[in-house]
Amino acid sequence: MENKEKEIKEKNVAAAAAENDNAAENDKATENNNVNEPVELTEVAEGANTVAVVLNKNPETIPYRKTKKSQGVVGSKTVNRIINILLVIGCLTIFFPLYMTIIIAFKKPSEMTNDVAGALAFPEKWNFDNFAEAMRVTDFWHSLGNSILLTGVTVIICILLHSLAGYLIGRKMSKHKVFKASYFYIVSGMFVPFAVLMMPLVKQTAQLGIANRIGVIVLYVVFFMPMNIMLYTGYLKNIPMALEEAACVDGATAWQTYWKIIFPNMKPMHATVAVLTAMSTWNDVMTPLVIMSGTDQNTLPLAQLNFQSQFGTNYNLAFASYLLALLPILIFYIICQKQIINGVVNGAVK
Amino acid sequence: MEKSKKKAREPWSQNDKIFLGILIPVLLLFFCFNTLPLIKGFYYGLTNFRGYGSYDFVGLRNFIDLFSDVRVGKSYLFTFKYAIVMTILVNLISLILALGLNRNIKGKNALRGIYFVPNILGGLVVGYIFSFVFTYILPAVGDMTGIGFLQNSMLASTKTAWIAIVIVGAWQGIAMNTIIYISGLQTVPEEVYEACMLDGASGWKKFSKITFPLIMPFFTINLVLCMKNALMVFDQIMSLTKGGPSQSTESISYLIYKNGMDGGQFGFQSANAFVFFIVIVVISFLQMKFLGGKEEQL
Repeated sequence: MENKEKEIKEKNVAAAAAENDNAAENDKATENNNVNEPVELTEVAEGANTVAVVLNKNPETIPYRKTKKSQGVVGSKTVNRIINILLVIGCLTIFFPLYMTIIIAFKKPSEMTNDVAGALAFPEKWNFDNFAEAMRVTDFWHSLGNSILLTGVTVIICILLHSLAGYLIGRKMSKHKVFKASYFYIVSGMFVPFAVLMMPLVKQTAQLGIANRIGVIVLYVVFFMPMNIMLYTGYLKNIPMALEEAACVDGATAWQTYWKIIFPNMKPMHATVAVLTAMSTWNDVMTPLVIMSGTDQNTLPLAQLNFQSQFGTNYNLAFASYLLALLPILIFYIICQKQIINGVVNGAVK
Repeated sequence: MEKSKKKAREPWSQNDKIFLGILIPVLLLFFCFNTLPLIKGFYYGLTNFRGYGSYDFVGLRNFIDLFSDVRVGKSYLFTFKYAIVMTILVNLISLILALGLNRNIKGKNALRGIYFVPNILGGLVVGYIFSFVFTYILPAVGDMTGIGFLQNSMLASTKTAWIAIVIVGAWQGIAMNTIIYISGLQTVPEEVYEACMLDGASGWKKFSKITFPLIMPFFTINLVLCMKNALMVFDQIMSLTKGGPSQSTESISYLIYKNGMDGGQFGFQSANAFVFFIVIVVISFLQMKFLGGKEEQL
């Protein structure tokens, strides 16, 4: 069922986007075929190291290279090529929704026809009216500002506070049971989903008078604490005690030692924590939805939610708004792709 | 600063006291916004609180009623169906993708970068975009090609709406799991494969006997992560179906949000949330216990 649908979707995509995306892929594919001959030797050497080396070492095989190699090596090379092509085709499932978003965002409602070709063809004119209108309706800059504010402040507090707490716990965990217990207490918080705490938290933040952006930040800081403290405590093992002892001998206080010596040394982990926290915060809907519902403040995803319930039927306007909501993180991803992927992998694996 | 090697019953040095003194506020903060609400949630679960006004204690009645409530039962069934299908599907596809992306292919880094994109996008907006695909594009394709089951919107039928949510969830989830599998595959040293080649093992045998056992820890991570995310599905429901049609796609999180916040079932849904918490804890422990022992070390 699933696969069939995917296949159909892919075919559909291939057909629909033939003019642009596919043309590029075809070019690539033909290029691959043309390059075939000259690349062969180097690819043989790289691709299937061992076999190629073994074969090359035997002088007898040189005259028969083509026939002999086509057994083991070209086999895996064709497999690689097929996989390569399949993977490129698979990318269309990623690009298609984005392509569709862009195309529809630029169109006028009158250009939307009921068939697929009509919906996915290029707009007659690339105009930015939809975007201007969407910005006005969703109060884009305000929402963007809120999102940036929430994410930024959360990340900064998380790095400062969680690294400190991770350090305090990590250094004393083996010495005193209190610290070890604190560690397990906080880390076990990872099992508590936000949905479970949601209702009491709404009451609590209202009672404390922080049912606003401040409350959301506080909740984020607490909510990411278990994972971040686990990450920092784990990373602390890489920082030798000698560093602190040396600082102590020089007469530094514990507080100074931490901020001057340990904090800068945990830089790689700061990056991981920043990426993980920022990604979850930026895309989170539930927390601001339930906590800030009384205020007229929006985050970027929340603005889409409110917009949808009011103007959801104008798809061109809606898609312009979606595109605007996706753009900041997409641009950020394109700039720091490596750091983001590294951060996510580090966070998950450690 | 003196440090003795003894671990137990060590005297508290000045330094230790400072450390604890700084840690206590952090612990308090954590208690106030994590443990306290959990306890409060249990407390509300014992009442008939509607979210406003006065309320009475009703004992464990909410907890007992949970088990006979059709809507809650349906939401658990849906959430588990979704989570299990998601976990299997996402892990299968992302493992295949990772194996492909780990080969010596052209544009490897670019492809990896592209396949990760869905992960960075917000679930809500992605859901809205896909909702258009399901309501307009796919039926139009169905009309054009004459494929019957595509002609009606997947989101409109109780039988297919959950599949649509799985597709969107998988589209996003695969990205994350693929990257983790790739990093797992990179930890397998080249020599292992070479030895493997000399022994004549290849294809499926190589994968099932060598590669897979070595990336077992990553499999565990992915399973746990994927299951956890799927059990808490909310954004996709919010943007695709809002629990419909006829409440067939209400996840537990969504039901808690909807009926607890707006539906006047504050007390009842608090009980539901607490049971949900217990369920999550049990599942996480089972997964770790069951999978933790199976890892192979080089």
